[in-house]
Amino acid sequence: MSQHAANGFASRVKVLNLDNMNPNVRKVEYAVRGAIVQRALQIEKELKEGVKKPFTEVIKANIGDAHAMGQKPITFLRQVLALCTYPDLLEDNKFPEDAKQRARRILDACGGQSIGAYSTSQGIECIRQDVARYIEKRDGGIPSNPDNIYLSTGASDAIVTVLKLLVCGEGRDRTGVMISIPQYPLYSAALADLAAVQINYYLDEDKCWSLDIAELKRAVNAARQYCNPRVICIINPGNPTGQVQSRQCIEDVIRFAEEEHLFLMADEVYQDNVYAEGCKFHSFKRVLFEMGPKYSTTVEMASFHSTSKCYMGECGFRGGYMEVINMDPEVKAQLTKIVSVHLCPPVPGQALLDMVVNPPQPDEPSYNTFMKERTAVLADLAEKAGLTEQIFNTVPGITCNPVQGAMYTFPRIALPQKAIDKAKEEGLVPDMFYCMKLLEEEGICLVPGSGFGQREGTFHFRMTILPPTEKLKIVLQKISEFHIRFTREFS
Amino acid sequence: MSSVREVNPTVRRIRAPTSLQSLAARITEEIKQGGQKPFRQVIDVSSGDPHRAGMAPISFARQVLAVCFYPELLKDERFPLDVKQRAQQLLGVCRGGSVGSYSLTSCGIPYVLKSVAEFITGRDGGVRSHPEDIIISNGSQKSLKMILHLMASGEGKTQTGVLTPMPCPHTLPALLDDNGLTLVPYQLMEDRGWAVDLDELHRALKNARELCEPRAIYISNPGNPTGHVQDRKTIEEVIRFAATESLVLLADEVYQDSVYGLEKEFNSYKRVLFDMGKEYSETVELISFHSLSNALMGECGLRGGYQEVINMDPAVKTHLKDMQAPSSPAVIQQLALEVMVNAPAPGDPSYETYSQEILHSQRTLSQNAQRACEFLNDLPGMNCQPAMGGIFLYPCLNLPPKVLNEAKMLGVEPDVLYCQRLLEEEGVCLGAGCENGQEDPNYHIRLCVLAPPATLEEILARLSSFQLRLLDTFP
Repeated sequence: MSQHAANGFASRVKVLNLDNMNPNVRKVEYAVRGAIVQRALQIEKELKEGVKKPFTEVIKANIGDAHAMGQKPITFLRQVLALCTYPDLLEDNKFPEDAKQRARRILDACGGQSIGAYSTSQGIECIRQDVARYIEKRDGGIPSNPDNIYLSTGASDAIVTVLKLLVCGEGRDRTGVMISIPQYPLYSAALADLAAVQINYYLDEDKCWSLDIAELKRAVNAARQYCNPRVICIINPGNPTGQVQSRQCIEDVIRFAEEEHLFLMADEVYQDNVYAEGCKFHSFKRVLFEMGPKYSTTVEMASFHSTSKCYMGECGFRGGYMEVINMDPEVKAQLTKIVSVHLCPPVPGQALLDMVVNPPQPDEPSYNTFMKERTAVLADLAEKAGLTEQIFNTVPGITCNPVQGAMYTFPRIALPQKAIDKAKEEGLVPDMFYCMKLLEEEGICLVPGSGFGQREGTFHFRMTILPPTEKLKIVLQKISEFHIRFTREFS
Repeated sequence: MSSVREVNPTVRRIRAPTSLQSLAARITEEIKQGGQKPFRQVIDVSSGDPHRAGMAPISFARQVLAVCFYPELLKDERFPLDVKQRAQQLLGVCRGGSVGSYSLTSCGIPYVLKSVAEFITGRDGGVRSHPEDIIISNGSQKSLKMILHLMASGEGKTQTGVLTPMPCPHTLPALLDDNGLTLVPYQLMEDRGWAVDLDELHRALKNARELCEPRAIYISNPGNPTGHVQDRKTIEEVIRFAATESLVLLADEVYQDSVYGLEKEFNSYKRVLFDMGKEYSETVELISFHSLSNALMGECGLRGGYQEVINMDPAVKTHLKDMQAPSSPAVIQQLALEVMVNAPAPGDPSYETYSQEILHSQRTLSQNAQRACEFLNDLPGMNCQPAMGGIFLYPCLNLPPKVLNEAKMLGVEPDVLYCQRLLEEEGVCLGAGCENGQEDPNYHIRLCVLAPPATLEEILARLSSFQLRLLDTFP
């Protein structure tokens, strides 16, 4: 009998407790759904119960969820999913032929012709082939091998899997992973969970959040004192900053990765979300191959994409993929092994991804509607991106870089010293204090910049540009007014 | 270039899958390319995948999901009123009325959590289940992974251990490896229909304490792959054991709807726990798992499941619930779970069809299990314990020495070699007992018997042909 039991198992010590649980899990935080969101949900509940507030609804501009903010799904995608789910509909003449043809093809590839059967763990073969073709087309013909494609449960799942694969060593040899500051907190959460070493490199706010090679060099050299830097993560277009890296910058990063023997993780989930004049999405893979064999045969890379963003906004499907380049075959075998432990990615997400990489073509019946819807979504986002930058920059104390791409704005806010002191008194970081107050006074939920990382002494918030244009205008106005009020109150 | 030496040691230690799945895929591809085989197509019943085997999905569920994907279908006359009403209700609890939005909370959509809690309460004769104790994930494999990850600590002798039944679900050993936990086997008693034996639990635990820090005991009831259904007495014994020995109970109850043995019934661990009084019900830490990958729904590919967490330390529970924050569970599968736990009621337009489909599935399973068990027991060199529930049969192989020698020479497990040859010669893909954790000299094969009866007959015919040939060749 255990000691615990000898004390009588009615004693209050739990079998699974803080002392014997996974110590890494205790350290993990994820700002996007953190304390401020909890408070927002609470306020929503209070509103429902009839409590009087200076506002009638909470606007959750904290999470990149397009549909929640009213964006409509793309018709074609949903038609194909409905057909796959209930194949009797294949007889229904309300569905276009191109949707039916794609549904049939997917069902043929499923066990027992059902999306309810397990797929192979790397993902349905014909869908991986479609993904490979999509990548080839996107990258001007540079070959893509379906064996290097792994379908996943959203890009997040693939990102965490690769990080897990690469983390090893103890003490000074522990794997270090370079991540941009500000960053998307999935990365810091995953690194804490894996007990990997997080190596911060700062994006340059004054140069529209661009990457600076000198800064990368500084970060990696400093890190070599206490860990073994092995990975560099880039998000392009960026989250939360929205910057779209120039081709030159991408080449510089690739060169840097080659020199420093770093595995490059390119998170490209916002690849269709590019708005600013003169900005263009360059895939890391394409640039890598165009740089010639010195790089294209040596730099190890994984690129990630998903169904959650771009014009689809289908976060709830958890569809995604990664393409791995130049991975050692034995390492790749290990990757394939981990992936098999998780059985398979959700088949609806795989089917949806297939539509994203294999959309209606100009000669197909659904093409016109599809393009109309797609263009409308992206144009709408572009308009809102411009509007956001414009309005915020009219407010003294708010400095907003152009939202070149992605779905967010990450403006810098000037906070008076008195506010910083008050925050400290209340045990909050200053931008959390600011965001909480905004939430209480205006019912707008943002995420404080501290959740993403920022240079010491600077403060930011991240807001999504997803609310419908008219609502967004109101939100921008209210935040502007709040900021002026706040500044006055604490001066 | 990164070498395999620089791969995470935990990952390297994950045991590799057997070659059977990839062989099946290769042969299927060869047939597609026009290759000649002694059979027309590969029949794969190695996983608990009824749809793959040819069983149909539940119409009501698929209709509701189709409408949720494409709400235009609300105007379609082909769908009965209750389908439309349910779809509307479920779309109403999705943000923006779309299944494409994230779940509001990372444990699952509150409305679905509530439905699940109500289902459990009803199932357990009124023993309350609370939505805040439920966590939805992308499949029970993921649910289990979260708990295992939560418990993982230490190394070598201080590494967290999990008492694991032998045989266990074939997806479990690698999952334990993946999360850095020690698998501590406890043998199920084959000659008693794979029952749990308390003495064996004690023996296993004592042994475990030398090797690691055992912190949990995993139960599969109804048993995967054994088909054993635990009686109340056994469940009470196991609960008492867990309480006395300070173990967390992990109860995999995915096949709770598939009990067909005479005079057998499913008792949930939770219900029995609460019936045992406060001394146990307020202290024993229990996590129960259920999923869409069960027999009746068979929606393995959708990846949806939940866990109910009882008596966990509140601070630890908060960490558990936060684990999915960066990546909340997919929405359509949550809606499918809601349909699973909240079926059409008598009087609803879909009720007739729904109950017929359920009945058909249950009958097929029961008849198939009986038919297959008798058939396999009649084959020389094979012995099968009758199953009472679940969807697998798990017969024992008495392999001739020449097969064992060939296996040794080739460096494969004998049961894997058996399955390989069966696949190559007859196009039937079964599972090998070593995948379920069993070691020599216990050789078994695993087959899912929830399939259209004609398919089962085909499988049995091919298996019989192979077995007889094998024994002829290797007397």
